[in-house]
Amino acid sequence: MKTFNYHSAKDVKEASKLSSSKSVFLAGGMTTIPSIKLGLASYKDIIDIKGIKILSGIKVSGKSVKIGATTKHVEVANSKEIKKIIPSLSALAEGIGDPQVRNRGTIGGSIANNDPAADYPSACIALNATIHTNKRKIDAEKFFKGMFETSLKSGEIIEAIEFKVPEKSCYQKYPNPASRYAIVGVYVAKHKKGVNVAVTGAKSCVYNEKNLKQALSKSFSSSVLDNVRISSSGMNSDIHASAEYRANMVRVFAKKAVDAC
Amino acid sequence: MASLVGSRVERKEDKKLLTGRGKYTADVNFVNQTFAYFVRSPHARAQIKKVDTSKAMKAPGVVAVLTGADIANDKIGGLIAGWRIKSEDGSDMKVPAHPPLANDTVNYVGDHVAVVIAESLDEARNAADLVKVDYKILKAVVDTKNAMNSDQIYKDIPKNLCFDWLLGDRAKVKEAFENADKIIKIDLINNRLVPNAMEPRAANAEYNPSTEEITLYTTSQNPHLARIIISAFNGVAPENKLRVIAPDVGGGFGSKIYPYAEEVVCSWAAKKIERAVKWVADRTESFLSDCHGRDHVTHAELAVKNDGTFLGFKNETIANIGAYASVFATVTPTYLFGPCATGVYKMPAAYSNVKAVFTNTAPVDAYRGAGRPEATYTIETLVEKAARELGMDPAEIRMKNFPTQFPFQQTLVHSVDSGDYVASLNKVMEVADYKGFEKRKRESESKGKLRGIGLCSYFEACGIAPSPVVMMLGCGIGLWESAEVRFNPTGNVTVFTGSHSHGQGHETTFAQIAADQLGVPIENIEISHGDTDKGPFGYGTYGSRSLTVGGTAIVKACDKIIAKGKRVAAKMLEESPDDVEFSNGEFVVTKSNKKKTIGEVAFACYLPGTYGELKSPLPEGEEPGLKETSFFDPANFSFPAGSHICEVEVDPDTGETKVVKYTAIDDFGTIINPLVVEGQVHGGIVQGIGQALYENCHYNESGQLVTASYMDYTMPRADNFPEFNLGFTCTPATSNPLGTKGCGEAGAIASPPAVMNAVMNAIGTEISMPATAEKVWEACKKNKKKNSEAA
Repeated sequence: MKTFNYHSAKDVKEASKLSSSKSVFLAGGMTTIPSIKLGLASYKDIIDIKGIKILSGIKVSGKSVKIGATTKHVEVANSKEIKKIIPSLSALAEGIGDPQVRNRGTIGGSIANNDPAADYPSACIALNATIHTNKRKIDAEKFFKGMFETSLKSGEIIEAIEFKVPEKSCYQKYPNPASRYAIVGVYVAKHKKGVNVAVTGAKSCVYNEKNLKQALSKSFSSSVLDNVRISSSGMNSDIHASAEYRANMVRVFAKKAVDAC
Repeated sequence: MASLVGSRVERKEDKKLLTGRGKYTADVNFVNQTFAYFVRSPHARAQIKKVDTSKAMKAPGVVAVLTGADIANDKIGGLIAGWRIKSEDGSDMKVPAHPPLANDTVNYVGDHVAVVIAESLDEARNAADLVKVDYKILKAVVDTKNAMNSDQIYKDIPKNLCFDWLLGDRAKVKEAFENADKIIKIDLINNRLVPNAMEPRAANAEYNPSTEEITLYTTSQNPHLARIIISAFNGVAPENKLRVIAPDVGGGFGSKIYPYAEEVVCSWAAKKIERAVKWVADRTESFLSDCHGRDHVTHAELAVKNDGTFLGFKNETIANIGAYASVFATVTPTYLFGPCATGVYKMPAAYSNVKAVFTNTAPVDAYRGAGRPEATYTIETLVEKAARELGMDPAEIRMKNFPTQFPFQQTLVHSVDSGDYVASLNKVMEVADYKGFEKRKRESESKGKLRGIGLCSYFEACGIAPSPVVMMLGCGIGLWESAEVRFNPTGNVTVFTGSHSHGQGHETTFAQIAADQLGVPIENIEISHGDTDKGPFGYGTYGSRSLTVGGTAIVKACDKIIAKGKRVAAKMLEESPDDVEFSNGEFVVTKSNKKKTIGEVAFACYLPGTYGELKSPLPEGEEPGLKETSFFDPANFSFPAGSHICEVEVDPDTGETKVVKYTAIDDFGTIINPLVVEGQVHGGIVQGIGQALYENCHYNESGQLVTASYMDYTMPRADNFPEFNLGFTCTPATSNPLGTKGCGEAGAIASPPAVMNAVMNAIGTEISMPATAEKVWEACKKNKKKNSEAA
């Protein structure tokens, strides 16, 4: 492990000002710290934003749920208000990692990292989320750009994620038996204006599965998914799951999600 | 006093281990110690053209950078293969040199090239990045099946073949096969596994310049063996100047039976720099450099009559032993595997032919069960297939071929002293509700799931082992066990065992035995192990041997204590020794109703005099003190056996397989502590289910280890398992006075075939381990296609 400077930022402005191309923002640190320890990443400055109060907390209105960036997974999992209005979102948070990760990891950290197998990005896509940063508001569909890549610019800090409350929704995942990250995770959400089928784990980045989305927008029933074509091209392939298997699992888990909505 | 043997005494060691008060090698620190970090090969096979340590030497905090050249200069010997195997043609096995730090070639990813020793671990690690190694990369040999047809790794070892071994009679087998109604054939892979002990390997070697003695703390299942190898073969220090201590050790599963390069290097380096050298593996190092397990490719055939009678068996196996022949690498796929491959059956003719091959992968050695899980998997999947092909019930075909007379001369080597295979199969069928399976299958079908049931009847040869027998077969050491029972003057007792506990619970179970033998309360008995300077030489713990061999040595040492106690008590009571009886901790003379407790006798032995008069409680010529040692060499192996039944549910849409019901009936002979035994069986079953459904060590074509962390290597977890239903039958072993047979490996031996037979029963297709979701899904898909084509 290389040495680094540690800063505890008192507000968003200070955090932003401290940042450079050789810095990283630290929230839960569930990815950043292991990466540093394994020698996969090194930084000159680590800017801890956990102490910035306004970045944490849950606000629920009739139409949306706004979650502060440094809100921990366990808080989303246990939130009575979220459980009531978007139960699938609490259920997703409850299924991330293990208790240690859920007690440290944050929603902002998860989406800023944009791991191809992370759970939260699918929620952002499915629930038409808006990502609030210190500079602007970004639609989820435009936020996730590619593997570990987002539209965040240098010095830009996620402040909150605002989810639209759907009519119904469900997230179902098939976890990697070793790491328990999603091999495939499918988040189905039925909104007044159409259905989203956000898929994580299958490709290099979360995406809205167009064919399934169209089929479900016409008729919200799992049986309509039986004959929808799901191409395996562009899907990940590794020792745990081939692209063909992932394509199958997208359908199976989309059906499970629809049935459980 | 009620007998403690047979009762569920809670483990004495759990308090310290579960409250974080255990003392492991990584917890040991010396004043002024240094830290070692190994430079390992990033290539599976390469020539070392040059090692340049100059930059690393100048890095901050660096004390020394040592290479293969240094170890050769100091004439430190290589690591050894401990069991000599002869090929069918009579030639000796071929093994390559295995220097602790590589000289001219590296042969697997993780192979040791150099060691950096520094004031801190960070400094050692950072400096290791500065060691420049110039490699000429060579084509790696990775695949077990094709190893013999690949590039030759070592110039003196053609076809990468260590040996081509035969056990059994080819001519008799040929004849049996000619008389068969049907021949059942299988091709299988016994998947390679990484042991994954909870505690990574570690070493901390201290050198005392005043006494010129090295004290090596290490994660060993077998500290005495570590000492003799590091002394006699590596030549680091004579045995009397080398003390090896294996303190609390967090599991081994076979991977910690013998010393590795790191222990040799740390001990040698400590002496060289005259400071303690500490090394603790990180998890990736464990994946790369702990010896792996299994890795067989097998073709087996069973000759049967139409009524299901077995006539003959043949087993052609290629066993991958990795880049070098580790200490028990050569016995694991031969004498621990071949004899057991005929299973629990009368088999008129049989042979096992094993070709052991070198590849550019980590060395492969004993792993829980060592050879016997591979043997049992072979025969039990073959027998199940025979039942399918003959249209017989899998239980019926087993019953038909069980021996019913004991001792039973097994086909290839063993004379099995006791057992009742019929009883355990009957009992497991009853407890598992074998008859009710069809109903449960229909229930699963109504939920869209495929349900399967699988059986496994096994036996194993353990209680390792009669020394003359194993030495005749090529073993480089004896396998007896020792015990020393030492009464302290105040009447409490320390029992030293040459075996080692790293999860087995000896501190409890051995104390139960000694408590019963001596009539001393269990809390007054301390079990001591793991320090070559404390107790007598012993052979450690593996092969389900500690209780059967080491426990017996304790009993025998206690017998000697009691014999002496009788003589002393007789003198004290002024009676004839012949009239003294011993029971419940008291020496009693019934006719005069006089008695002395064993504590009083011990006290007298240590204070043999009387105040104010010249009178000794000791008979004339009797030595003072009360301490006895026993070395026990068993007359035979012991043969645990049993039958397990597994039920699985498969989701054909995803291929996910869930073990939904698991029943095990085992015969371990006498059980000392059912609580500990159940824990051992649980752990074994879990490891076996891990092999069957989840675990797989995967090297890619260039020899890189793909599954080098828990992100990719699937360790089974608690939520993968149902409640296990355990039960026992008992036919005591006749080869030791306790009647025990051993239980540590049984679960890992019996469960892989039980699970896989259930999976294959559910999906109706043969499938290899691990039956991962995708593989099962593929099989289900193919079946569906085949069925729809047939329709």
